[in-house]
Amino acid sequence: MFTDMRDIEILMVEDDPADAELVREAFKRFDVAPRLDVIDDGQKALDRLRDAKRVEPDLILLDLNLPKLDGRQVLRAIKADRRLRKIPTVVLTTSSADADVLQAYSDGANCFLTKPLGLDEFFHMTKALERFWLQEARLPTRPTASRRPT
Amino acid sequence: MSASIEILLVEDDPGDVDLTREALKDAKLALTLNVVGDGEQALAYLRRERRYAHAARPDLIILDFNLPRKDGREVLAEVKGDAALKSIPIVVVTSSDAEADILRSYDLGANCYVTKPLGLEQFLQVVREIKDFWLTIVRLPVPGSPSTLL
Repeated sequence: MFTDMRDIEILMVEDDPADAELVREAFKRFDVAPRLDVIDDGQKALDRLRDAKRVEPDLILLDLNLPKLDGRQVLRAIKADRRLRKIPTVVLTTSSADADVLQAYSDGANCFLTKPLGLDEFFHMTKALERFWLQEARLPTRPTASRRPT
Repeated sequence: MSASIEILLVEDDPGDVDLTREALKDAKLALTLNVVGDGEQALAYLRRERRYAHAARPDLIILDFNLPRKDGREVLAEVKGDAALKSIPIVVVTSSDAEADILRSYDLGANCYVTKPLGLEQFLQVVREIKDFWLTIVRLPVPGSPSTLL
């Protein structure tokens, strides 16, 4: 278990309430129940991230198609920001276009996930995301947190 | 994606190479594991220099930090600073538990950071987790797809 007692916080930038709800429901079932903060437009997400008074999220889930400020622009802004760039940013989008995938990695996305269509597949993907990012990977926001024993 | 997933493992410890090869074995995945034992070879491989003129572009790099000749941290910085290579995901797998290494890795653009556990079985499990997430859930970039890379 994480030695840092503060809840894991995930910022999800997603304008589709149904997708946000699916992820929220999926996370409730997991061992590491993270706090999920959902923001539905790119500009608001960037404003929240740039607010130095607020604690940085441990992980960002970023949709590409967003109102106000596109997810691609949000990604570039995060990765160009000295304070924010270390935060793992997982692109989670309906797109599976090769050009979108390559561009996202070139812009510094930590990984790219395509939203599956089926409900079961969506849960499976969310579980895999939780298992890898919250249990295996070391997070820059908690560099001293020990890995969960297997 | 091409028929086979190309992985470049940058690792100087033959024992860890064998364990990684074992853990990546998967009847359902066609993958090719290429191994280089130091940082200079890793960069020569990626830039297709000298004997690596015909090397395939890796879909994923698994990078150790403590390497002879050129350190893994320098390899990470050079790859992520190179417009032609930066889109290749790099999973850092190292015995270093140092807070500075974790923070600096994400700052330099590492896609994720995983600590090598001490036990044999635990090490195999970590590599399997990397395989299960990065090779079956994540969308990896497809080189040569149309994009505005440069």
